[in-house]
Amino acid sequence: MPETENTTPSVESSPGVGMIQMEVVSKWYGNFQVLVNCSTKVDKGEVVVICGPSGSGKSTLIKVINGLEPFQEGVVTFDGTSVGDAATNLPMLRSRIGMVFQSFELFPHITITDNINLAQLKVLGRDENEATNRSMALLERVGLMDQKDKFPAQLSGGQQQRVAIARGLAMDPAAMLFDEPTSALDPEMINEVLDVMTELANDGMTMMVVTHEMGFAKRVADRVIFMDEGRIEEDCTKDEFFGGERGDRAQEFLSKILTH
Amino acid sequence: MEFSYNWDWSVLLCTVEDVEIGCIAPYFYWIVEGFGWTIAVASAAWVIAFSWGSFIGILRTLEAPIWLVVPFLKPSMKYKSSVIETGNGAVMINIGWFLHGFATVYVTIFRNIPLLVQMFLWYFVLPEVVSKEAGMWLKREMPLPEYWTAVACLGLYTASRVGEAVRAGINSITQGQHYAAMAIGLTRVQVYRCVLLPVAYRIIIPPLTSDFLGIFKNSSLALTIGVLELTAMTRQIDEYSYQTFEAFTAATVLYILVTAIVMFAMRIVEGRVAIPGMISLGAK
Repeated sequence: MPETENTTPSVESSPGVGMIQMEVVSKWYGNFQVLVNCSTKVDKGEVVVICGPSGSGKSTLIKVINGLEPFQEGVVTFDGTSVGDAATNLPMLRSRIGMVFQSFELFPHITITDNINLAQLKVLGRDENEATNRSMALLERVGLMDQKDKFPAQLSGGQQQRVAIARGLAMDPAAMLFDEPTSALDPEMINEVLDVMTELANDGMTMMVVTHEMGFAKRVADRVIFMDEGRIEEDCTKDEFFGGERGDRAQEFLSKILTH
Repeated sequence: MEFSYNWDWSVLLCTVEDVEIGCIAPYFYWIVEGFGWTIAVASAAWVIAFSWGSFIGILRTLEAPIWLVVPFLKPSMKYKSSVIETGNGAVMINIGWFLHGFATVYVTIFRNIPLLVQMFLWYFVLPEVVSKEAGMWLKREMPLPEYWTAVACLGLYTASRVGEAVRAGINSITQGQHYAAMAIGLTRVQVYRCVLLPVAYRIIIPPLTSDFLGIFKNSSLALTIGVLELTAMTRQIDEYSYQTFEAFTAATVLYILVTAIVMFAMRIVEGRVAIPGMISLGAK
């Protein structure tokens, strides 16, 4: 039978379908299962904080969304495009999702400006002028205009992370993923990064943030996901999560990280 | 027994055949010519070693599947895991394991056979095992058969060493850098070209320098198949003039001179391309 259905699934953005959608996703490293039947949904403009003890699969969960980590079972879609489908153009998909890493991961051999320009030139096909203008605007926004000609290793951690955020934003992404963006930072630098992220959330960016910064979650998040041993144990609104309607594991975790 | 030897450094400066002044042949030009061939063998071989070696090294770092799109092919169920139908009449075949395996076998073979044996295999054995016409072409008809055989042999051998250096350089870059490069939407080729290789090559400048010096010195083995490079010419001067020490001193000095210049130049290059802010003890 000839199939007559539309072969471009990315146009079906019907209401109720989230920007990011995961359905019973499981992933194994050899025999070790890192994700167990994870299902969740992030709508456009939503800010979701993911927390949980180390090794619970938080980072893996968000790396599955832009296909950095393959998974074996389930379905992940981003804006209607299936991530796990072998025919999906992953680089194209990834260019629409900004990602910020725990250890910044700026490219060490090129300047701050070139770091932000790189994907604009290579992926979006912007010309040098256009890309640089965009990069300058973003550097202005994260307050690092004076660092534009330096190399990553010449910046402080907090500055590098702000550049990394600018690098993600330069692609005009539909969503941003943050993988413990403040965990490698000295305490006095954490706020400068969180401020940029808060601003971003207030501007309506769709965000998934793996973090232990519960203050940030309380201020900015719409929803909180709590993970443990590869499972999504809690997936509820911020008020429900911090208001006490949480399970024992989440309670235990929170009491550990909120004691000081 | 008394050691008697008539030192005569002037033979090195013989530019004409003139027995009156002790010059049976223009030794000076022999040295120049031999030196020229040495440079010619080493530099051509280095072009092969660097480009082919880089390719081999890169192949050995590939992990994720590499899809080769083949139009008009019906996949058999047997190979389902490495074959995907794209839906428009073509199939994609995973050739990643093949490329990776090929590079590994290549390095294993070329790095583990003595260079002199390889030289003989290329020059004496290969023409006998291929077809008669091909063998004839390899031995006689191709231009400068000894030269090009030596170049190919040295280049392919050194490529295995360059490949290992490139692989080590790429593998020394953290997984996080791979992720970051992929996350901004770069294709695999772009990830290598824009992010991994520029850093990897900076890291491996010292071993690459060693490999170049190796190719330059190993070019002396080309004399065994008849390339009249510096060492061959030196021996010839020795045989003609019996001024053994002078001849080999000249060769030694020339070899050291070139390697010293290369080492010095690479030091400067290393300093020039050092990444600002990154701690690199060697490139201060």
